[in-house]
Amino acid sequence: MNNDVSAVVEVHELNKTFGNAGSETVALSGINLSIRPGELVSLIGPSGCGKSTLLRVIGDLTRPTSGTIEVNGKSATRARTDRDYGMVFQAPVLFDWRTIEANVGLPLEIIDMPKARRAQRIADMLALVELSDFARHHPWQLSGGMQQRAAIARALAFEPRLLLMDEPFGALDEMTRERMNTELLRIWEQTGTTIVFVTHSIPEAVFLSSRVVVMSARPGRITKIIEVDLPRPRSDETRTLDGYFELITEVREGLKSGHVAGTTS
Amino acid sequence: MTRHVRYYLPAIAVFIGGILLWEVAVRALHIQRFLLPPPSDIATALITNRDLLLQAGATTLLEAVGGFAIGLTGGLAVAFATARFALARGALMPFAIAANAIPIIAFAPIMNAWFGVTSPVSKMMIVAMLVFFPVMINTVRGLTSADAASLELMRSYAASEREILTRVRIPSALPYFFTAIKVAATLSLIGAIVGEYFGGATVALGRIIVESASFLRFAQAWSAIIVAAALGIGFYLIIIGIERIAMPWHASMRGRT
Ligand SMILES: Nc1ncnc2c1ncn2[C@@H]1O[C@H](COP(=O)(O)OP(=O)(O)OP(=O)(O)O)[C@@H](O)[C@H]1O
Ligand SMILES: [Mg+2]
Repeated sequence: MNNDVSAVVEVHELNKTFGNAGSETVALSGINLSIRPGELVSLIGPSGCGKSTLLRVIGDLTRPTSGTIEVNGKSATRARTDRDYGMVFQAPVLFDWRTIEANVGLPLEIIDMPKARRAQRIADMLALVELSDFARHHPWQLSGGMQQRAAIARALAFEPRLLLMDEPFGALDEMTRERMNTELLRIWEQTGTTIVFVTHSIPEAVFLSSRVVVMSARPGRITKIIEVDLPRPRSDETRTLDGYFELITEVREGLKSGHVAGTTS
Repeated sequence: MTRHVRYYLPAIAVFIGGILLWEVAVRALHIQRFLLPPPSDIATALITNRDLLLQAGATTLLEAVGGFAIGLTGGLAVAFATARFALARGALMPFAIAANAIPIIAFAPIMNAWFGVTSPVSKMMIVAMLVFFPVMINTVRGLTSADAASLELMRSYAASEREILTRVRIPSALPYFFTAIKVAATLSLIGAIVGEYFGGATVALGRIIVESASFLRFAQAWSAIIVAAALGIGFYLIIIGIERIAMPWHASMRGRT
């Protein structure tokens, strides 16, 4: 557990402040987090508590103000240039000038995957997110949820070692979201990828995760880390277990206490 | 096909109606023919002078297209060079924007003096200057217009600058670029013709317009103007055609299939 090399993500005493002296926003304060290989860790917390910021710091899209971060035993920058990351953002970020299949194939082009393998991989990914019929469409011809599914297919396409997902299913209806959750777990079990998953949904966090990291706002800090020991593989049945409801309550309590602490301090 | 005809029918009706109204108005109101010749006179002038007009049109078009090509190449080259370097951009853009705001056509007589009145090069240089600034400014804007999220996505793939350029920046720049060259296409014919007003080869549209007008042969002047208009519209349509092929994905093209 404390073995640094075996951790995929090792965050130590991390702080992140935006703005300059006088008008500072403390987005993250004293974050310590160690994520083991093959874990699926959810970050949950009120809006503005720094979930996206933490994800972006891990993904080397922004630098921490202080503290250290290691990914696969390397600096975050090194991990990024080694193409260890797959990212799914809150918005789909698809390119209008590319068809859906070309959008999904974008990272594969960048890693120079041969054309034939690329086409196969794109087809597999589109089938996975049930967009095969829309391969030749352009992003604007798809609904918001379909666009987000395309973005997920794109992130999964090159089998990244670490998948960073920022509210990927926030735009989906409840039914699609549950199906995508089950799909994500299936993919995760198949590939063994480590996933850091930001969400606002308590049931989603509990259903997916190995651990749920509960955060509070102003300043953004970790208030509680909850182990989710529900049996795997998880299925619709999981959602009926007593343990599932107990964990949902536990996360909710964690969020509440964090909220009180956040407002009084 | 019939759908196309029906779509353009109102415009065609307005066009024919306008010509007829013009013809009738000139005759009924007894407008003096040298002030505003009726369309029938202009048509006659077009037919009788067709060889001269074709030759003149070719000369003027060559100047316009040649200058357009020079200005386009220069504008693109400078835009790509400066788009990469924020410092160069900050140093150059204010001047480019200022230059774009001045009436460059005023330099026409000077260009004639520098590159030779009768030489097509002098007209091409005016055209090139007219085309250069809008192309350069808009291309720089386009190349730097990619949104932060797209750039972050590419960053997360550790994509090289070159890949970011070809896969994000250039496609993002296309709408800006085409806006510029549509303006530039029109400017290039204006530049060539106005350049000819200040002197040039005898068989050129600008010269025919100026000389016919000074001899009060207005129907002939109008026939040259009609040729110039047709060339301008043709040039513009070609660019729109290229635009449709280059970016069928763009919002302005949607729902056309
Ligand atoms: N680029 C930035 N510049 C300045 N402040 C920022 C920036 N990005 C985030 N912040 C601030 O940092 C804090 C955390 O933002 P962040 O986006 O990480 O929240 P979040 O937990 O992801 O919220 P949400 O659930 O609404 O997405 C907020 O107070 C926000 O205003
Ligand atoms: Mg967020």
